[in-house]
Amino acid sequence: MQTIFEKSVPGRHCKGIGPKPSAKKAKDFLPADLLRAEKPKMPECSELDVVRHFTQLAGRNYSVDANFYPLGSCTMKYNARISEEVAALAGFNRAHPMQALLDNGKSSQGAMQCLYELERSLCAITGMKGFTLQPMAGANGEFTGVSVIAAYHRAKGRDRRIMLIPDAAHGTNPASAAMAGFTVVNIESRDGMVDPSAVKAAIDQYGDQVAGLMMTCPNTLGLMELHLKEIVALLHGIDALLYYDGANMNAILGKMRVGDAGFDVVHLNLHKTFGTPHGGGGPGAGPVGVCERLIPFLPSPRVGKAEDGSYYFLPEDELSIGHIGPFYGSFGVLLKALAYIWRLGGEGLERVAEYAVLNANYLRVQLKDVLDEPFDRLCMHEFVASAPHGMHALDIAKGLLERGMHAPTMYFPLLVHECLMPEPTETESKQTLDEFCELLREIIAHGKEDPAWLEEAPRGLPVSRLDETQAARQMKLTEDL
Amino acid sequence: MPYIPHTSEERDAMLKAVGVSTLDELFADIAPDLRPKAFLPEEGMTEQEVRNKCERLAGKNAQTLSFLGAGYYDHGIPSAVDALSGQSAFVTAYTPYQAECSQGTLQAIYEFQTAVARLLDMDCANASLYDGGSALFEACTMCVRQARNRKKVVVDEGVNPIWRKMLATYSRNLPMEIVVVPHKNGAPDKEALKAAIDADTAGVVVQNPNFFGVVADYADIFEAAKNAKALSVIAVNPVMQSVLKTPGAMGADIAVAEGQSLGLPLNFGGPYLGLMACKKAMVRQMPGRLVGRTQDKEGRTGYVLTLQAREQHIRRAKATSNICSNQSLCALRSLVHLSLLGPDGLVDVAENSIARAHEVAERLAAIPGVQLLNDQPYANEVALLLPVSASAAVSRCMNSAHHTVPGYPAGRAYQGMENVLIVACTEKQSSASVETLARDLARAIADVRADEAYKARG
Repeated sequence: MQTIFEKSVPGRHCKGIGPKPSAKKAKDFLPADLLRAEKPKMPECSELDVVRHFTQLAGRNYSVDANFYPLGSCTMKYNARISEEVAALAGFNRAHPMQALLDNGKSSQGAMQCLYELERSLCAITGMKGFTLQPMAGANGEFTGVSVIAAYHRAKGRDRRIMLIPDAAHGTNPASAAMAGFTVVNIESRDGMVDPSAVKAAIDQYGDQVAGLMMTCPNTLGLMELHLKEIVALLHGIDALLYYDGANMNAILGKMRVGDAGFDVVHLNLHKTFGTPHGGGGPGAGPVGVCERLIPFLPSPRVGKAEDGSYYFLPEDELSIGHIGPFYGSFGVLLKALAYIWRLGGEGLERVAEYAVLNANYLRVQLKDVLDEPFDRLCMHEFVASAPHGMHALDIAKGLLERGMHAPTMYFPLLVHECLMPEPTETESKQTLDEFCELLREIIAHGKEDPAWLEEAPRGLPVSRLDETQAARQMKLTEDL
Repeated sequence: MPYIPHTSEERDAMLKAVGVSTLDELFADIAPDLRPKAFLPEEGMTEQEVRNKCERLAGKNAQTLSFLGAGYYDHGIPSAVDALSGQSAFVTAYTPYQAECSQGTLQAIYEFQTAVARLLDMDCANASLYDGGSALFEACTMCVRQARNRKKVVVDEGVNPIWRKMLATYSRNLPMEIVVVPHKNGAPDKEALKAAIDADTAGVVVQNPNFFGVVADYADIFEAAKNAKALSVIAVNPVMQSVLKTPGAMGADIAVAEGQSLGLPLNFGGPYLGLMACKKAMVRQMPGRLVGRTQDKEGRTGYVLTLQAREQHIRRAKATSNICSNQSLCALRSLVHLSLLGPDGLVDVAENSIARAHEVAERLAAIPGVQLLNDQPYANEVALLLPVSASAAVSRCMNSAHHTVPGYPAGRAYQGMENVLIVACTEKQSSASVETLARDLARAIADVRADEAYKARG
């Protein structure tokens, strides 16, 4: 399919879609040596050209709205339309964020209340005592959280440079820790769990250099960590802090609050757990919650509620790490999550965890005879299984695409050979899960008989398997390169 | 329950298949004393209740006549932007890891990269970053990484103070030293910038137009940086970039921008869009995702995520950045916006905004005691020196009948600039709104003066 630039016709213009041409031009106000030599080469198209192009592109995508998306670790649940509707309200959309800072929120009370209520709700859901809504994605939340940990130790006059991270962690954990100046020490798993004796060994070795531990729970194998209390006690024993990566929060809503469990810092992925759409890779939102003693370190500004019921900005604490985002976070995304929380309420959120875990276990049990499952126990919201001996996870994934279903996450975590990681989420019906299992069975059976057939998948999509080596070598990143 | 499809029969059949008798048994791995004693107490709401509540709250945000900019601008957005970028096949898709079923998103990102590279006149661009401020920080890390043992980054004080505050937060624990070079009455102090560039300098960062609206050519600064083997970074206004001298023409190595004004609503602070473009030689230092063109076995053109060895899911602690999710849908919006406006429409938006800002400056400078802060060239935003505190005048105006927000009081971010007001225009303002602004500001200034006189008398 041609690009929008290839469809461009010199001189074509959608008159009136922008303002009328200005009587006075840039050259009437600015000296020529400060001006651009020629106009930027943007597409020259009619409105219909553009509409057709992007409608056709949409037709070359896969989406939750169209079909099952069992992408592990990503929580591809249904994105409610009411959230989209309220986030598009003009009263929110048109608000300039700076205006609220000029009058301490006086003329932006509606938006201020939304921020305040979301923070209170997230505290109730997680058991944390304060939240910043500023981080603009999960990894951005991780960076915020580990920066808070760094600031905490600094305020205590300590130089602690080591962050413990389990080997099964998402890659963002070590990358975020490194950005906050930490040296990452890897903690090896045992039986799919963070091993307390490995944590203890690291603490014995590095002692008071250890700033904290980042944990994902349930972990990236989809298993509940069974030694939480022991690990929390080990870290707190040297006044190191516990970081909870909330990527998998969907599994424990209403069943465990990370604040009660002793975690000091947590980030949530609103685009996973709280039903805001992924948008083909963002925008997300990654609010960070902390325990009482870390509240002064949170980024600024945050919203408070006065006795008369009005909302205002809390003064910036001198211990605050500063600004993670320009204002109050991805407000449009925050609104969608707030609407989702309002729709479900506490009981609805607890049901989310229950049915997410039920669906995952149902899939796990149904697929026992076709996939190799390394851990024969209850999983949480997702599970990891290996492709049958001699088959590749990649080929099975491509077989699924050919048959119209999205593949599970593959080759993550790295600990499990040729692995697939399905996460069905609570919004999928039993019929969809059964259909998925049947399809997977068929593909594996056919692939065993005829490996060449599976290696050729997917057929019938806009493109078949693409040459990634050529892409990296040629580096054709723009039309002009 | 909302969004959970199971009937009780299905639930029971599934529980039986799993081998448990209740839903709660599925959580046996959570220790009993870790079960919550409290949780979100509120009950769920119906759709209509949520709608009502949100409409009521949205109505509590005052409608204003606003001349606020400060890096975030209220430009018009063509109707088709919402309709096209709002298609659920874009909105509810994940990151395009499975390329064969994600060609829509992947091709759109490739086109976005092309549009950004062309607008900023650089070789290549990435798939987006969170916002302008985080893009600025990422550009600084590229400088420091490229320069190896150098850690100093020279930053002009005319760079957006919000982004500078973010830069300070992000670089706090890194081997990066930020040296801020003070502005000279709102304009860049070029001699001081050149003097600050030394053998320990990894990069120099400027902004055009700067926070006070001043337009300049930074080619000489970038030349000085190059001679010192430092890299140059420029933050630009992407709308004004359609008429202003380009980062490429000035010789910048990296260009960044807040992309909000390309088709994204102000939205009380986000989601926004970080743009980053650079010279080809720097591409492997870039943070975030990149899409490249390639072919499938049948020779058909297709697009994939490429050069992923830079990224966190491969390189972990040694990645160029921790970024994973970016602003894909916002990037799509800006691409649709640019495609609809085309080169002429984009220039029309810029030139109308520039013309209106000059009309505002002329009209406001006619108020007794008000003058332009300096005689530097400016585009869509202009700094004025008031005879009274700009904060006080702004407060007065915001309490007026039109809820006029006349601009940004520079004293909030710059010491000694308490009487400076920075006024921004877009093509959406009319001569009538300029007239209202002038009347409200004149009255506000008179009121603040009267207050001061009253206080002085005791």
